[in-house]
Amino acid sequence: MKRIDHAEASSKFIKAKDHLDFHDQRLWDLRKKRDRESESLPEWQELRSLASAIKEHTLTHLADFLEEFERNAQANGVKVHWAKDASEHNQIVLQILESRRARTLVKAKSMLTDECEMRPFLANRGIEVIETDLGERIQQLDNEPASHIVLPAVHKLRTDVARVFAATIGTDAKNSDVHYLAESQRQHTRPHFLKADAGMIGANFAVAETGTVVVCTNEGNADLSMALPKLQIASIGIEKLIPRIEHLGVYIRMLSRNALGSPITQLTSHFRVPREGTEMHIVLVDNGRSERLGMADFWYSLKCIRCGACMNTCPVYRRSGGLSYGATYSGPIGVIIDPTFNLRKYSALPFASTLNGSCTSVCPVRINIHEQIYKWRQIIAERHQLPFVKQEAMQIAGKVLSSPKLYRAAVDAIGASVEHLPRFMLYNPLNAWGRQRDVPQAPASTFRRWYIEHRTKNGERK
Amino acid sequence: MKVALFVPCYIDAFFPEVGIATLELLERLGCEVVYPLDQTCCGQPMANNGCHDDAAATEKLFVNNFAGFDYIVGPSGSCVHHIRENLTAIPQTAEVTKVRERTYELVEFLHDIVKVKEFPWAAFPHKVGLHNACVTLRDLRTAKMSEIDEPAFSKPLDLLSGVRDIQFVTPNRPDECCGFGGTFSVFEEPVSVKMGYDKVNDHQNAGAEYIVSADMSCLMHQKACAARARLPIKFIHIAQILNGARA
Repeated sequence: MKRIDHAEASSKFIKAKDHLDFHDQRLWDLRKKRDRESESLPEWQELRSLASAIKEHTLTHLADFLEEFERNAQANGVKVHWAKDASEHNQIVLQILESRRARTLVKAKSMLTDECEMRPFLANRGIEVIETDLGERIQQLDNEPASHIVLPAVHKLRTDVARVFAATIGTDAKNSDVHYLAESQRQHTRPHFLKADAGMIGANFAVAETGTVVVCTNEGNADLSMALPKLQIASIGIEKLIPRIEHLGVYIRMLSRNALGSPITQLTSHFRVPREGTEMHIVLVDNGRSERLGMADFWYSLKCIRCGACMNTCPVYRRSGGLSYGATYSGPIGVIIDPTFNLRKYSALPFASTLNGSCTSVCPVRINIHEQIYKWRQIIAERHQLPFVKQEAMQIAGKVLSSPKLYRAAVDAIGASVEHLPRFMLYNPLNAWGRQRDVPQAPASTFRRWYIEHRTKNGERK
Repeated sequence: MKVALFVPCYIDAFFPEVGIATLELLERLGCEVVYPLDQTCCGQPMANNGCHDDAAATEKLFVNNFAGFDYIVGPSGSCVHHIRENLTAIPQTAEVTKVRERTYELVEFLHDIVKVKEFPWAAFPHKVGLHNACVTLRDLRTAKMSEIDEPAFSKPLDLLSGVRDIQFVTPNRPDECCGFGGTFSVFEEPVSVKMGYDKVNDHQNAGAEYIVSADMSCLMHQKACAARARLPIKFIHIAQILNGARA
């Protein structure tokens, strides 16, 4: 499978200046709001530790908590299914829908169903799937994946949305007023809610003690997806478990503050028991999570609660856009998760980082994101997935830098080449440094030569 | 106090004045400074690209050069961070561990070990914007980071406050990464350059005449961006100001 070329994709993103500036500023504003909201809670750092500890405990006892969750959900009258991978998940959902002759499905946002590529799978089998989250719907109508795990269409300007809606749901192409656009989508989606055969949600949290599925939203679309159709399905990644309902508060206090800089989402909905006369299914999905749990350096990534704060703060993500990562999960969290799905395909992503560590510092569950990025680089090198040029360069660098003699010869040659090479050779397309930056001037002397001249007897080695 | 001076490869090759300022400054402060002549690099360029096998011989050479000193001091946070946290491609003998523990970044050495408060020989009557390299800020923790609500502190500002007539300006995003990131600057050139341009413009707009930093590698990249963008802003390493450089 072809390697995702993040640098190439980001170069295109950067060329669209209006989009780039908006994207960077919009996400930076969220980061600043997040700072203010987190600072409003003096116990923020304690909450992070607690949130991390609860997840760590859950993940190290995951089988027990999953079985407890299953028992309690079943006792609530919910049918529980287990899917070992994406394809099993999609088959299970299809079977549930077909068993009730359901042809239409309204669904709330779920990264998991994106990860499983469920929408095209169902569409190919004649099921109409309507995304009901505004951002997710924009992306569905534009045939594009989500570019951010919380704000799927954050890379689009309102004029882009006006263009998409005009072409698909018949709005006025010239009207890009956000209220008009949001209201149009709302009106357009409402009949789908009313007539849908089935509804679907993802999960922010699944509580083992009560069998509850908890979803945090700002639009109410998850509630409508569950409250209207006779058939309801919740797809849940197995890492979404928390042991007890009392633990929920820790995460609810942090999630929206960290994600959007608002104290709480408009709705925090608990789904536990099917409505009278209807049926509810839960699909628990592994899809690589157990394998990740067994990876000594990377299991910590399973603590993620998908707030997206690492993306908002990431200077690289803000300037390259989520789509440049070519994966369901983008930004810092994507960089450490994606290689577990396909090492070769996503082998460039851990290098799309300056290792600046801002992601780690905003993570509400204390995932050591930038340290994991560093560790992925080693695995990628060991499994020979580095580009040939880089592999060669590192071998040569390793030889030169481990030999004082070769090193000194190389340093002297830099001076000579920068001084004597004509400008067109210094600034050519092969020299990525010099494309938009000047090359440093070589000084008259290296530090070492200066030191020998000024600090050793007769200019000789002591 | 006997100190081994570690001058990272890119400072040796491109910015000897930073090595000289560091040496003179340590000497002024009464340190006996030794510069091991066979030193090259710490191994970070290879290790940061995942190539630990290629880094091993360089790491071994570093330890050979610097074993036996009480203090090893270098004017570059990311190199010091590599030595302290990531110099792991070679067996961790007692000698290796000692070298790793005794390696300091210049600012933390001056601030925490020598505990310097005043630099009576230094005056810098200019508006400066301080750039903390990400590793220095978030891993070596030499200053408060904006992501964490903690009492304000800044070791580099503490030191610079001992310089006469210096004025500080604050950019909009004081601790946003400048986009250098080692080989990131070449393999992810479009984003790296955009971040660099944003960084130098932010300081320029804040009214800085100089960007000062304890990390010359960030400044090398920023300087290269500013030169191409034809910005008048200038760049200086913190060691040069503390050693009494006059613009």
